[in-house]
Amino acid sequence: MRHTIAVLVENKSGVLARISNLFRRRGYNIESITVGKSEREGIARITLEVDGDELVIEQVTKQLNKLIDVIKVSDITHDEMIERELMLIKVSADASTRSEILQIVDIFRASVVDVSPKALVIEITGDRDKLEAFETLLRPFGIKEIACTGKVAMVRHPKEIK
Amino acid sequence: MRLTGAQIVIEALKHEGVDVIFGIPGGAIIDVYDALYDSGIRHILAHHEQGAAHMADGYARATGRVGVCFATSGPGATNLTTGIANAYMDSIPIVAITGQVATHLIGKDAFQEADTTGITSPITKHNYLVKDVNELARIIKEAFYIARTGRPGPVLIDIPKNIQTATADFDYSSIEIDIRGYKPSITGHIRQIKEAARLINDAKKPCILAGGGVITAGASEELFKLATKANIPVATTFMGIGSFPQDHPLSLKSAGMHGNYAANYALMECDLLIAIGCRFSDRTTGKVSSFASKAKKIHIDIDPAEINKNVIVDVPIVGDAKIILKALIEYVQEKREEEWLSYIMELKATHPLTYADGPTIKPQFVIEKLCEIVPDNTIIVTEVGQNQMWSALFFTHKKPRHFISSGGLGTMGFGFPASIGAKVGRPDALVIDIAGDGSFLMNIQELATAVENNIPIKVVVINNRALGMVRQWQELFYKRRYSATILKEVNFAEIAKAFGAKGIRVTEKEGLVPALYSAFEYPGPAVVDVVVEQEENVVPMVPPGAPIDQIIGGK
Ligand SMILES: Cc1cc2nc3c(=O)[nH]c(=O)nc-3n(C[C@H](O)[C@H](O)[C@H](O)COP(=O)(O)OP(=O)(O)OC[C@H]3O[C@@H](n4cnc5c(N)ncnc54)[C@H](O)[C@@H]3O)c2cc1C
Ligand SMILES: Cc1ncc(C[n+]2csc(CCOP(=O)(O)OP(=O)(O)O)c2C)c(N)n1
Repeated sequence: MRHTIAVLVENKSGVLARISNLFRRRGYNIESITVGKSEREGIARITLEVDGDELVIEQVTKQLNKLIDVIKVSDITHDEMIERELMLIKVSADASTRSEILQIVDIFRASVVDVSPKALVIEITGDRDKLEAFETLLRPFGIKEIACTGKVAMVRHPKEIK
Repeated sequence: MRLTGAQIVIEALKHEGVDVIFGIPGGAIIDVYDALYDSGIRHILAHHEQGAAHMADGYARATGRVGVCFATSGPGATNLTTGIANAYMDSIPIVAITGQVATHLIGKDAFQEADTTGITSPITKHNYLVKDVNELARIIKEAFYIARTGRPGPVLIDIPKNIQTATADFDYSSIEIDIRGYKPSITGHIRQIKEAARLINDAKKPCILAGGGVITAGASEELFKLATKANIPVATTFMGIGSFPQDHPLSLKSAGMHGNYAANYALMECDLLIAIGCRFSDRTTGKVSSFASKAKKIHIDIDPAEINKNVIVDVPIVGDAKIILKALIEYVQEKREEEWLSYIMELKATHPLTYADGPTIKPQFVIEKLCEIVPDNTIIVTEVGQNQMWSALFFTHKKPRHFISSGGLGTMGFGFPASIGAKVGRPDALVIDIAGDGSFLMNIQELATAVENNIPIKVVVINNRALGMVRQWQELFYKRRYSATILKEVNFAEIAKAFGAKGIRVTEKEGLVPALYSAFEYPGPAVVDVVVEQEENVVPMVPPGAPIDQIIGGK
């Protein structure tokens, strides 16, 4: 099963390398990893998506906790949470297809961030299902490029990961 | 006080109570060596950085203190890595300090640059690349703290050359350690401790499995109290050897692939397993799914990640073995499960360790003789292979920190430098390295270190002209196809003499004991080269992957 794990780490160089080293060495599968700031100075927040059964996930969280630069590890899979991912898609579009694409963009509440004679760049945020559905609908038009952030997640109030 | 980075290193080490450093200098650490020059701290010049790391490791195992080693950047640091990995696998506290190229040269493929922190990150408990001299003192203090607390392990500090020459204020005692991400649990949960006591009080066939963590925790006395209070037989892992006196009636000695019959059977038969400071290595458990499958399991370990890693347990207790055992003993009732104990006694009586002695020198005979004649305060250090297993099996180990061996990494070449480190830390003890001819050759250059510093260690070479342990596997599992395992005979007595040590060669049984005595009496380092049977095997043996009661060989 896929788990979502929130990790608070010291914002120091090398931390990400330590984490990816750990996953490689112990043979855990990272589906996605995102890193960014947290609400506190000097602490970064990592969101990990990891595949594995309960025992594997127990090991993943414990081994992460053993890293000195890791401050807190929370498996939030079973919490009520908000997950978001951001995707940029460059899709072929000419005069004949543009309006059809714009309709899809509209339905998905995505936005067009760049327009050129032969292509559009579209930005979309949402959970993975939404992004996948969007991508599927655009595929027939010709996707030239995709860039994706991976997932960030937050547990709903009042619980906090601190 | 305003000091250079190099001076800070030395002053900080003094504050940490470091009395000896093992290492080799070089351009990137020359400033630290300059500060060391008239510091009063003893330095032992090794002759390969791997040797220096193993010396620091042997020192730490023998004394319980943190061992320290130095190396220069690039090749110096990469030479350390086997030693660091070895300490990591066996949870041994060492602090390794390496020189690095100046900060502005990092990443430029500068002369003797290697990514030391990158290379060592999977084999250290933690490591640091120092980028600001103002952080150096705190980093050193943290490094020692991390190395020796919780589950101990090696910590590496990589110090660029310009940091060694830059200056900063130094006030070591005012530095407070507060590492947000590192707060080891020590005391153990009282509810779990009570639950464990309940299981022990109810058990009909309890068995203890004591590991290296008991020795780390200094918990042998508590282990002894628990075992004797409730009359629980005690098996140890290989790393747990010495945690419980092997001459005690409750001792089952060591278990596992090359474990004792009684220990393996007791583990398979027990209804309650009390595992203390052990990590259920594949060498201990054999086929893990059938390991102690009839038993409820209690697991006391300081590292939460060890719980349910290899074996699923019923009552985990996370914390320090000494503290937890102290609490646990209070809740355990005095008892004697007669039926179980007589089964155990019978196991021990019907399956003693034996070997077929003959006119030639058998390796087991050498270890037995050693065991008969050495004084009580003898530290046995081993190399890796058959020599190591015979040393574990045929010597009666009675005290913690008196059996030193590379368990987790199984590093050939560990024993000899480790024995030098052990002797430096325990000058009062007789320190003997039991070596294989293959292993000894891997760090034999350290004979120069022993001679130069007059460190009177004694090496007993079990010279079987073979990479014996691998040859044994080839004999048993590869139709005796001895691919690359037969060695040319080396005369280690002559080699020892060439280095300036005492060397004695033994080719007849009668010569053994006099040779050992004359080595022990000699005031400097001595090598006794014992030419033994080539094709002797270590038994008992459990084939790899089999349950530990499927034992071949022996009785
Ligand atoms: C050729 C060869 C053959 C071998 N054959 C065998 C064999 O037959 N049987 C065998 O058992 N091994 C054997 N070994 C050794 C094996 O590889 C492992 O090194 C060994 O089994 C590990 O021992 P351990 O479980 O006691 O753990 P260690 O590696 O000693 O680890 C210590 C454990 O204690 C914990 N700990 C540390 N400090 C504390 C504390 N203060 N309080 C509580 N817990 C603490 C740690 O977290 C860790 O889990 C062999 C090795 C070689 C090279
Ligand atoms: C550095 C290293 N290389 C290879 C091995 C694999 N290995 C394990 S035991 C062994 C043979 C050891 O030979 P020797 O030191 O002569 O000891 P013996 O088994 O003959 O007592 C080898 C090659 C190892 N453990 N360590």
